[in-house]
Amino acid sequence: MRAPHTALLSVEHLTMRFGGVIAIDDLSFTAARGEITALIGPNGAGKTTVFNCVTGFYKPSAGRLALTPSGAAAPEDLLALTQSGRRFSETASGEIYLLERMADFEIAQRGRVARTFQNIRLFAGMTALENLIVAQHNALMAASGPGLWGLFGLPSHRARQKAAIETAKYWLEQIDLIGRADDPAGALPYGAQRRLEIARAMCARPALLCLDEPAAGLNPRESAELAALLRAIRDEHAASILLIEHDMSVVMEISDHIVVLDYGEKIADGAPSAIRKDPKVIKAYLGVDDEDEVDLAASGTRA
Amino acid sequence: MEIFLQQLINGVTLGSIYGLIAIGYTMVFGIIGMVNFAHGDIFMLSTFIALILFLALTQILGVSSVALSFVLAMVAAMALTSLWSYMLERLAYRRLRKSFRLAPLISAIGASIFLSNLVYVLQGPRNRPAPSLFDAVIKVTHGGGYDVTLSAKQILIVLVTALLLAAFWVVVQKTPLGRAQRACAQDMRMAALLGIDVDRTISFTFVIGGALAAVAGVLYILYYGVVNSGDGFIPGVKAFTAAVLGGIGSLPGAVVGGLLIGLIETFWAAYISSDYKDVAAFSILAATLVFMPSGLFGRPDVEKV
Amino acid sequence: MSKRCEPPATFAPAPEASPLRDRLRSALIGAAKAAGVALGLAFPLLAYRTETDFSNALVLQERWAAVAAIALAAFVVRLICLLIPGRTKAASSPRRRRAEFAAIVARSRRLISAAGLASLIAFPLVVLVLLGPARSLKWIDSYGIQILIYMTLGWGLNIVVGLAGLLDLGYVAFYAVGAYSYALLSTNFGWSFWASLPIAGLLAALWGVALGFPVLRLRGDYLAIVTLAFGEIIRIVLTNWTDLTNGEAGVSSIPRVSFFGLPFIAGPEGFAAHFGLAYSPIYRVIFLFYLALALALLTNFVTLRLRRMPLGRAWEALREDEIACRSLGINTVAVKLAAFALGALVGGLAGAVFAARQGFVSPSSFTFIESATILAIVVLGGAGSQLGVALAALFIIGGSELLRELDWLQHIVGEGFDPTQYRMLIIGFALIVIMNWKPRGLIANRTPSVFLAEPRLAAPALAEEGRV
Repeated sequence: MRAPHTALLSVEHLTMRFGGVIAIDDLSFTAARGEITALIGPNGAGKTTVFNCVTGFYKPSAGRLALTPSGAAAPEDLLALTQSGRRFSETASGEIYLLERMADFEIAQRGRVARTFQNIRLFAGMTALENLIVAQHNALMAASGPGLWGLFGLPSHRARQKAAIETAKYWLEQIDLIGRADDPAGALPYGAQRRLEIARAMCARPALLCLDEPAAGLNPRESAELAALLRAIRDEHAASILLIEHDMSVVMEISDHIVVLDYGEKIADGAPSAIRKDPKVIKAYLGVDDEDEVDLAASGTRA
Repeated sequence: MEIFLQQLINGVTLGSIYGLIAIGYTMVFGIIGMVNFAHGDIFMLSTFIALILFLALTQILGVSSVALSFVLAMVAAMALTSLWSYMLERLAYRRLRKSFRLAPLISAIGASIFLSNLVYVLQGPRNRPAPSLFDAVIKVTHGGGYDVTLSAKQILIVLVTALLLAAFWVVVQKTPLGRAQRACAQDMRMAALLGIDVDRTISFTFVIGGALAAVAGVLYILYYGVVNSGDGFIPGVKAFTAAVLGGIGSLPGAVVGGLLIGLIETFWAAYISSDYKDVAAFSILAATLVFMPSGLFGRPDVEKV
Repeated sequence: MSKRCEPPATFAPAPEASPLRDRLRSALIGAAKAAGVALGLAFPLLAYRTETDFSNALVLQERWAAVAAIALAAFVVRLICLLIPGRTKAASSPRRRRAEFAAIVARSRRLISAAGLASLIAFPLVVLVLLGPARSLKWIDSYGIQILIYMTLGWGLNIVVGLAGLLDLGYVAFYAVGAYSYALLSTNFGWSFWASLPIAGLLAALWGVALGFPVLRLRGDYLAIVTLAFGEIIRIVLTNWTDLTNGEAGVSSIPRVSFFGLPFIAGPEGFAAHFGLAYSPIYRVIFLFYLALALALLTNFVTLRLRRMPLGRAWEALREDEIACRSLGINTVAVKLAAFALGALVGGLAGAVFAARQGFVSPSSFTFIESATILAIVVLGGAGSQLGVALAALFIIGGSELLRELDWLQHIVGEGFDPTQYRMLIIGFALIVIMNWKPRGLIANRTPSVFLAEPRLAAPALAEEGRV
């Protein structure tokens, strides 16, 4: 039984301008706890920009991004935090984070938002295992004091290090790369690198996992495995997922909720079945990109 | 007031020289995104080339006209320095365009050390005094027991700089090579797809940068009358500061930055401390990079995620 | 000359021969071009040397033979390069051989390290036995201690450049802070070496943090330039703040290091008398050698240990991809600052040892060239490789010292020939060659900091591309 669908991330009136160009215009949507929310739209619609705002790599020009990892925030608490000028607060209903005020690493560290990148960003020269251990940096640092106790081989550090390796092994098994744990990440095949990047994000124990085109460049079998992996992440690891994806078969199959962007504006928002029939969505896709239109139609008939 | 006016004249003169060197930094940065650390040493090299050529013309070939020797030496120094700059790119940088991000800079540091020590080995460690030319001095005003002067050298330096900048502007704006250069600076991949020979364009950038550095070298030795194999470093850093201050990648920015650095340096030396005049340049460099990395005229650098 | 004398192969019928002949012709043209370029580059700078005459005016000395030699050399080298068959087919075998060689080096790394350590420990005693006290002084001091100081500096900078991937061009600033801290504390307040050493390290680390904090957000090459600027500013301040530092003249008669309180002097209170030995400066030098060795080994130990810890892994991750680090919640500014502070601390400690060795410090010891030399040690040795850095320090500093021994070449090459002036020329050239040919340095293999099965090396192919 899944958790009740309260909002985990509420994006309100998000606007992002680069110079004179408006990349995102007054966008609002919510990503619910325990769900997979997909963000779709033609190329250049501003999807990755939304991701970069959520994860703090860009500072939004305007708007509020409220993250509530442990429960929906009471509106008065949210209002109080917004007016206080602080970045986050602990309230009776759980902590609230205002992502637009936080630095990127803080969002990942405190808000427990992890992400992957459209063009894979692994630590190419380090091994698969090391990649997964770097992801547990903050937990490990907490155990090793300011990083110095381990110098003298103190037991608290060694125990934590062992636990970190166990976590990494678990995820390597999940993504079927346990046999290549000691290979440099850059030497892995493309599909394996995509999976490793997801596993690395999961090693940070996120409440919200943001995936930027995880199925790009995968073959149909790999895409199916990816869908299964993402479902397992949602159901077994209490992580909600925000997903950008072009592969409509994956999107339609696993999403609980879809938000459609076009030219930085939201044109539709709803369950996959509703999105599939939405005339505005069909028009946006037909008008812009033949390939995506075919995908949409194909997945429509398949479902 | 008289001192102020005099410093203004001196600052503009010095600034012209910095501006000419700064263009080399800013163009190379604009097109391949690297700090050509050896550019200051290319500049130093050119002063030696020009000095030797001038001496060869007057002493060995017996050319009696100083002005003719000067012009010939400058033109030949421009050509030969361009060759050095071109070969620098071919041998030290070209293979590194796809290497890791700091590789070109490290190679450039190596090239800088190599060039300055090459001149040191070939020409010896001592300061080289240049024959003094164009010594006429015009008295502009007089006040408070202080003559404000404008020397023929200063006029010449500012005139040559202005003339060459104009010529350079025409080359970059109007010729096909200049257009290719600007296209590559905008988007190298796209330019390559449109059939622009990127390698040739980058070489062209280094050639132009070298030629302008040679002009700066000639004017520098004319102005200071002495040069040393270690003289590439400090003017190089100052010119780079000028490029950064103007907004690296921006050509007008380099010229304006050069003038500003020249003025700041002379005023700092006159009113604050001449011992610490280099500190002024270095501090401006650090402060600009930290607080205003896109400079006065540069485009803001959006981090690609 | 008759036709029969011609070797038939070069005169073979047209169809088969024409590729060869075309090739020869294009190679000749290429070589001629290279000779032309060499002529152009060499023409004024090499052809004429400027000399000042009695009236301090410049006169030219001609050196056309050298120009011709350079042009000829360019022609021959280029011709050979063009005539040797293309590398593409043959590339696989040298590459494999190189990979095999790298594997051998990696397997025997432990052995090399142990042998190196043993020879370092034995070095002063062996030299002493072989050469006697008087003649071994130079070897232990100029070679031994100096190489160890640079080894320490190389390992310190390696934390910043090799592990964290931050190019620091002003590293010498921290070395200067350490050296001046000891020099000033001891000459002004009579502090002993042992009391000043931690202060020197801490002050340098403090400077590292203070300078690092504003600049660590900058992109890589900007960071490099700003650190260069800071290094120069510190040097200029040391030169001009004469009240404190005595300016260009430097601080002299810095007290020598003592044997934990026992001074190395000739009198009855001295080290030699205390242990019933005849006085000799060699004891002090040997002690300083072991002191420098201890500092170097401590740096090495801490670095190796940190590599296997979260902080060290974060450094390497930072070098690989900063944005990915931030997306994983790593506070990159703090991580960079830690690298900067630790590197500076090491530089400061090495500076104090340097001041104790010289007994004299002046700003001229802390120029950009010094930073570049230390950087060259790190880059040549293989950024991130402790063994490589140690070997590079040995070659570069030992080699520079050896150049001083080549004075006798003056009798052959001519009066005024100074081999040491080629030192920086060679270092600069080496930096270019290494970046173009082996950007990860001579020892480019990386051992993973943690492994499931057995230790293996990062794929040499990746290392060669400079991606690792």
